[in-house]
Amino acid sequence: MRSTVLTDEPGQDAYKASNPGISAASPRRTGGDLVQLISPEGERISHPEFDLWVSDVTDEQLCSLYEDMMVIRRIDAEATALQRQGELALWPPLLGQEASQIGSGRALRDDDFVFPSYRDNGVAYCRGVEPTDLVRAWRGNASSGWDPYRHNIATQQIIIGSQSLHATGYAMGIQHDGADSVAVAYFGDGATSEGDVNEAMVFAASFQVPVVFICQNNHWAISEPVRIQSHIQIADRASGFGIPSMRVDGNDVLAVLAVTRIALDRARKGGGPTFIEAVTYRMGPHTTADDPTRYRDANELEDWAAKDPVTRLKALLRTKGLLTEEVEAKTQAKADEVARSLRAGVINMPDPAPLDLFKHVYSTPNSWIERQKDHYSRYLESFSGSTPEGAL
Amino acid sequence: MSKLTFARAINAGLRKSLENDPKVVLMGEDIGALGGVFRVTDGLQKDFGKHRVVDTPLAESAIIGTAVGLAYRGYRPVCEIQFDGFIYPAFDQIVSQVAKMHYRTQGRVKMPITIRVPFGGGIGSPEHHSESPEAYFTHTSGLRVISVSNPQDAYTMIQQAIASDDPVLYFEPKRRYHDKGEVDETADLSTALSMEKARVVTPGSDVTLVTYGPLVKTANDAAIAAADEGVSVEVIDLRSLAPIDFPAVEASVRKTGRLVITHEAAQSGGLGAEIAASITERCFNYLESAPVRITGFDIPYPYSKLEMHHLPDLDRILDGVDRALGRGNSLSGLEG
Repeated sequence: MRSTVLTDEPGQDAYKASNPGISAASPRRTGGDLVQLISPEGERISHPEFDLWVSDVTDEQLCSLYEDMMVIRRIDAEATALQRQGELALWPPLLGQEASQIGSGRALRDDDFVFPSYRDNGVAYCRGVEPTDLVRAWRGNASSGWDPYRHNIATQQIIIGSQSLHATGYAMGIQHDGADSVAVAYFGDGATSEGDVNEAMVFAASFQVPVVFICQNNHWAISEPVRIQSHIQIADRASGFGIPSMRVDGNDVLAVLAVTRIALDRARKGGGPTFIEAVTYRMGPHTTADDPTRYRDANELEDWAAKDPVTRLKALLRTKGLLTEEVEAKTQAKADEVARSLRAGVINMPDPAPLDLFKHVYSTPNSWIERQKDHYSRYLESFSGSTPEGAL
Repeated sequence: MSKLTFARAINAGLRKSLENDPKVVLMGEDIGALGGVFRVTDGLQKDFGKHRVVDTPLAESAIIGTAVGLAYRGYRPVCEIQFDGFIYPAFDQIVSQVAKMHYRTQGRVKMPITIRVPFGGGIGSPEHHSESPEAYFTHTSGLRVISVSNPQDAYTMIQQAIASDDPVLYFEPKRRYHDKGEVDETADLSTALSMEKARVVTPGSDVTLVTYGPLVKTANDAAIAAADEGVSVEVIDLRSLAPIDFPAVEASVRKTGRLVITHEAAQSGGLGAEIAASITERCFNYLESAPVRITGFDIPYPYSKLEMHHLPDLDRILDGVDRALGRGNSLSGLEG
């Protein structure tokens, strides 16, 4: 398991100490203003209601968040390059969404359980998933890259919104067990149109289970702008289900950390589900197979580049005098090392064996599968020792 | 031994599973205070509590999708889909998640989920209440599909399904819910016939008649009627629809040389086609005549005044037996 540096406990204690009257039930706002603690220019904005939830974050931890964001941006760039070089079949870049994923991912405890979508590689990184395992499925070597129980994060879901129900069911299990961990579902703005996400909110509200829905509104569902998905702010939908929501600047790592801690704290204390809309932007294509120049304006990209999550945190660190040469060098070295290890892991990944086709379809032997496997292995064997290679 | 209705037998099996394994959780619409629309879960919420017998909101995809999450957490959910025709909103979760999770995660995440589906017609219901959707699921790798035909199997096999580490669709013939039969509630699961095995319910030597679920009773009646005419019909209750116990069917066909398959579901692309093709592949040389299918028609399930024309009955089955035997039948003289 990874080491947790920014779980909700420290902030929670500080918060409780200074606000004895405030319970898990507050702030129960619905939608509303964008929560922002760092401006796009990198200034720390005071917001008492939320500052308390990050008052314990040390300078060192701030640098660590910066490193995380730099590293996952580098993983993303390396994976995109590997796809262009033919080493990966496909890759879904997260460029632009680093603050949403690191700010929320670092708020989680080891015993929380994450149900991510295919783009949540930064969250998986926070859970301790090895970079090479992030791309295993995208190389086509397996249908998923890691053991969910080792990192307490499910494998990445491709069916849009499906995992919101899995998180809700898992949270029902937590509730049955009387535990205080939390299930967290990640999905995008497009997913909020899916029936499953809506049904998940119905179930979560009815049973008041400890689940947090984190919607990264990155403004685009492949080529469809968010206005096609929703006529109102996405966060405002939650109130229709009786679920409190928060709308946060998803490019502000500190604000995302704060709202995630609030939601986790509420869930741990039996306060039920919370919906978070992290307003961010998909700077890259939907996947490496996509061409966003066909459907979106270059000006829009420029506007969002000015709100870049990494640049913003970097500016704050510089203002605070934390961006020393030493920190920059260390961050760079870490990103380089991770990228090197990812590339080596991909290039050296052994191909699966043909008969792996039939593995794990069932947990116990199945007569249909066994017969087909037997016939196919005989077929494969029929080639061995017959015609020498190259001969007619 | 006690005499139980089909519905009570399932109820007794569910009760036993709830008693034996604290991880077993029942979920579905109206399964609590009401005991389910067919009363199959009658009294279970009262005895095991609302956390183990969960009345869910009315959303089938969510019933299955949250069961996936519970299974992730180590639970063994038993989901009730109220009627066959209501399963389609959950189709995506069943096919894309329940069926594939074990394969996707290389065996790390098990999906010990049982999905109970009252199915089939014959009760005079409106649309969507009488369907036989089993072939959609037998075509989906990763699922086990079973159907029960009598109270003893209903009692034993619901427990076997729940104990299975693989997901199981358990099809209950709703028109047989009130049929009574002897049930040995002390039966030991470890010595019970595997739920993957078919059973010869009526031995015979002239024709093999393969069926499952609600038509096992009809097929047995047909075998008795055929015996009056001097024709010996061997009736096989498949019990498991995925995988099908082909060796059992094959052994019978090697003996009789003739095969009739009957089910309520529509014919084209149905289980009868799979059985006819597989048996032809496996023992073509033993067949004396082409396999015969007696099934529901390729139509939407009809309005109830006509359902008895749609459902295979004793006479249609006997007509099929005649066809397999090359005796005079309704299609005599027709080519192809």
